[in-house]
Amino acid sequence: MADDKAQLSVSTEGDVKVVQLTDSKILDEVSIMRIGKALTELVAQTIPPKIVLDFVNVGHMSSSALGMLITLQKRVRENKGDLRLCCIQPTIYEVFVITRLNEIFQIHESVQDALASLAE
Amino acid sequence: MQIPSTYEAAKQVEDAVLKELDRHGYDDVAAFAVKLALEESLNNAIKHGNGLDPDKTVEVDYDVDARQITITVADQGGGFDPARVPDPTVDENLEKPCGRGILLMRAYMDEVCFSPCGNRVKMVKCKNCTAQGL
Repeated sequence: MADDKAQLSVSTEGDVKVVQLTDSKILDEVSIMRIGKALTELVAQTIPPKIVLDFVNVGHMSSSALGMLITLQKRVRENKGDLRLCCIQPTIYEVFVITRLNEIFQIHESVQDALASLAE
Repeated sequence: MQIPSTYEAAKQVEDAVLKELDRHGYDDVAAFAVKLALEESLNNAIKHGNGLDPDKTVEVDYDVDARQITITVADQGGGFDPARVPDPTVDENLEKPCGRGILLMRAYMDEVCFSPCGNRVKMVKCKNCTAQGL
């Protein structure tokens, strides 16, 4: 299932929603708002929400996007769920390190690793 | 140049700057850094400086040569004191959704200087330097 407007592609692995961000640049403020809204709706669809965000197509990032991710994680936690990030390119991962957000999010190298962590 | 306080206008500036960087042979690492810092400074000017006011503009100037790129971004807002922006990397601020723009600008550019009023910022990125290894 693809939400072109929000630039997401969603698949299901058991009780986990795997969300692939399809746009290479999560920098545009309008895109960030759309993505954030779509992800919030996804969180509300399943209780508890288990979500893997796949960054394989993401080549750029911004502080607004990081803020969106933080807000998303809060929503997931409020609903007793889990969020994992995966497939983050090194240049993007560096942004997480600089902001120390690699300590806030659980980040995995692959979708499979992220799914395995949710099964533990 | 002067641009309206819209994200669409900001994107056009970013695209123009990236084109110039490419023309001068800047690599992907430098382009990533400049794009990120420029995006943050423009977003700050549009959103915080000008309050998304369509009647206010953002002044953007840039100069690219074989040695470095220099960018200045100025808004029409009342200014602020960058020194009073809380450190987003301290524990109590880590999970706040905002406040990381200036941190990223400083991390990715070799120089970041705010005017005394705070509504103008000048950033420099050397073509062949690495700041924080970036």
